[in-house]
Amino acid sequence: MSDHKNLIEIEHLTKSFDDVIAVNDISFSVKQGEIFGFLGPNGAGKTTTINMLTGLSRPDAGRIVVEGLDYSGNPKVAQHLIGTVPDESNLYPELTGFDNLCFCASLYGIRRNERRKRAEELLRAFGLQDAAGRKFSGYSKGMKRKLTIAAGIIHRPPILFLDEPTTGIDVSSARQIRRLISDLNTEGTTIFLTTHYIEEAERLCERIAFIVSGRIIRINTVENLMRQTQGEHVVQFAFQAAADKACEHIVSTFPDLRCQAVPEGIRVESSRPVRVGPLVRFLEDDGIEVMEARKILPTLEDVFVQITGIEPGAMKKEKEKIKMGNNG
Amino acid sequence: MNTWIAFWNILAKDMRSYYLKPPNISWGLLFPLLWIAMFFVRSGLGMDKLPDLLPGLMALSILFGTTSVLSVTVTFEKKSRSFERLLLAPIPLEILMLAKTSGAILFGTINAFVPLFAAMFLIDLSGVSWGFLIPATVLIAISSTFLGLFISVSVKEVFEAQTFSNFFRFPMIFLCGLFFPIAALPMYLRPLSYALPLTYGTDILRGSMTGSNVMPLGSNFLILAVFCVMLFYISLRNINRRWIT
Ligand SMILES: Nc1ncnc2c1ncn2[C@@H]1O[C@H](COP(=O)(O)OP(=O)(O)OP(=O)(O)O)[C@@H](O)[C@H]1O
Ligand SMILES: [Mg+2]
Repeated sequence: MSDHKNLIEIEHLTKSFDDVIAVNDISFSVKQGEIFGFLGPNGAGKTTTINMLTGLSRPDAGRIVVEGLDYSGNPKVAQHLIGTVPDESNLYPELTGFDNLCFCASLYGIRRNERRKRAEELLRAFGLQDAAGRKFSGYSKGMKRKLTIAAGIIHRPPILFLDEPTTGIDVSSARQIRRLISDLNTEGTTIFLTTHYIEEAERLCERIAFIVSGRIIRINTVENLMRQTQGEHVVQFAFQAAADKACEHIVSTFPDLRCQAVPEGIRVESSRPVRVGPLVRFLEDDGIEVMEARKILPTLEDVFVQITGIEPGAMKKEKEKIKMGNNG
Repeated sequence: MNTWIAFWNILAKDMRSYYLKPPNISWGLLFPLLWIAMFFVRSGLGMDKLPDLLPGLMALSILFGTTSVLSVTVTFEKKSRSFERLLLAPIPLEILMLAKTSGAILFGTINAFVPLFAAMFLIDLSGVSWGFLIPATVLIAISSTFLGLFISVSVKEVFEAQTFSNFFRFPMIFLCGLFFPIAALPMYLRPLSYALPLTYGTDILRGSMTGSNVMPLGSNFLILAVFCVMLFYISLRNINRRWIT
């Protein structure tokens, strides 16, 4: 991707509300054709950033340039290039799905026949054709989300902003939405998405910015972020006995290992490959029956925790948190 | 040219969603007719007094027809966030707000012709100067709509918009010479009358119907137009400042 030009350039962007600094001097760029992820906990400043980029909000300081168009004079300059899917569905409850899409298309100056054609196409692509004639107010949460995304892309914008596209919807709808995002990107749309699902960012994005309390604390390709944990070897041993005590014993006997209690048993980490045989024997001599030993591949979540010190549990808003499938 | 596709569709959507709904239509039709009936029953006036009442009735119909809908088309949509759709679209704010208000202007103008149309069957309207009456009606509709817009963008909740517009509307019935001449008001209230656009509009209507206007029609038109422009730009500035935060 590095050979592509920067489509969005942001320099020293800052925004405060009363006494809260929502976005604190952030600078980054988004390259043409990439999926760029903005990953951070609640209140990190993700929505505030998107609002400034889409023209719904004015920065206190800093500069935004989208495809060479500078926002400083008028934040509306680049709006014809932008599609926006807000964090909450904001379509018209009294209009049908079909009419909502046609209306949104008309706001971008698309003519009647073309509007209808595109609306039908999108309803089909999102599996909403049967609900086309029903009022938006009667849609389920997942259907609302899908229609809101459809409304955001009906004018075929080269840049799409998605604010938490899969929050609060079920596993299969979330998977469908991620596939749609990925397809749009394959067709050439540059995508900026915010999420607090680390796995989602890892799976979809080429580059990720970690944002916490209005500041970007790390920005890199997923590949490079993961490299941080390479050279780390982690093996998990599952057993029923007291994990804390087992850890103590292991660390005192094998000084080059680090050990951590987990719900399943323990996790042993080292900068060198961990030899499982001696450890299992050691534990069994200690009277612990080891049920399973397996190598753990580090995830972006580990990187995130390492860098931010934020527990991944703190990232999740809803209780009914969606366990994401492996092949979404 | 593309902007006009957006303009027309915003107007058409508001028409379908709000203006052409049965409650709105019946309110617009019934309200002025009830006022006419009330006046005749209560005051026992004869038909010959109708031309004196008509300007006030028309102004009243416009005032109520325009200000009440903006709390829905603007404040409610802002509150429910669908207004963001419009702010995200590449439409200049002026055009966008004209599209959002042109429905109310049209609706208000049509409302004003309801009592006039009813009166056509009761009295002879051949003496009316339509060349003044029609533009004045439209200008009153524009100024009332923009007053409603000003109110709607100054508040957050729909009920606030409604309360705030009643705060303006009811005193205006008495202050703007709709049914009682301003000359009959206590001296200290008169400056207030002249601070309200409806005073000038009603005066033109009166002039075009019975020739009994207090101020020259030209200055009335001019002042009314200035009010329209001012209210519109103050509203735009408020949107820019409060909504694009
Ligand atoms: N309109 C506003 N008025 C006052 N404070 C605001 C406003 N919008 C955002 N904030 C504050 O700015 C900070 C960043 O909020 P923002 O909505 O950008 O976070 P976020 O990363 O999108 O969080 P979430 O994951 O919950 O959506 C928060 O502290 C929030 O309270
Ligand atoms: Mg947010």
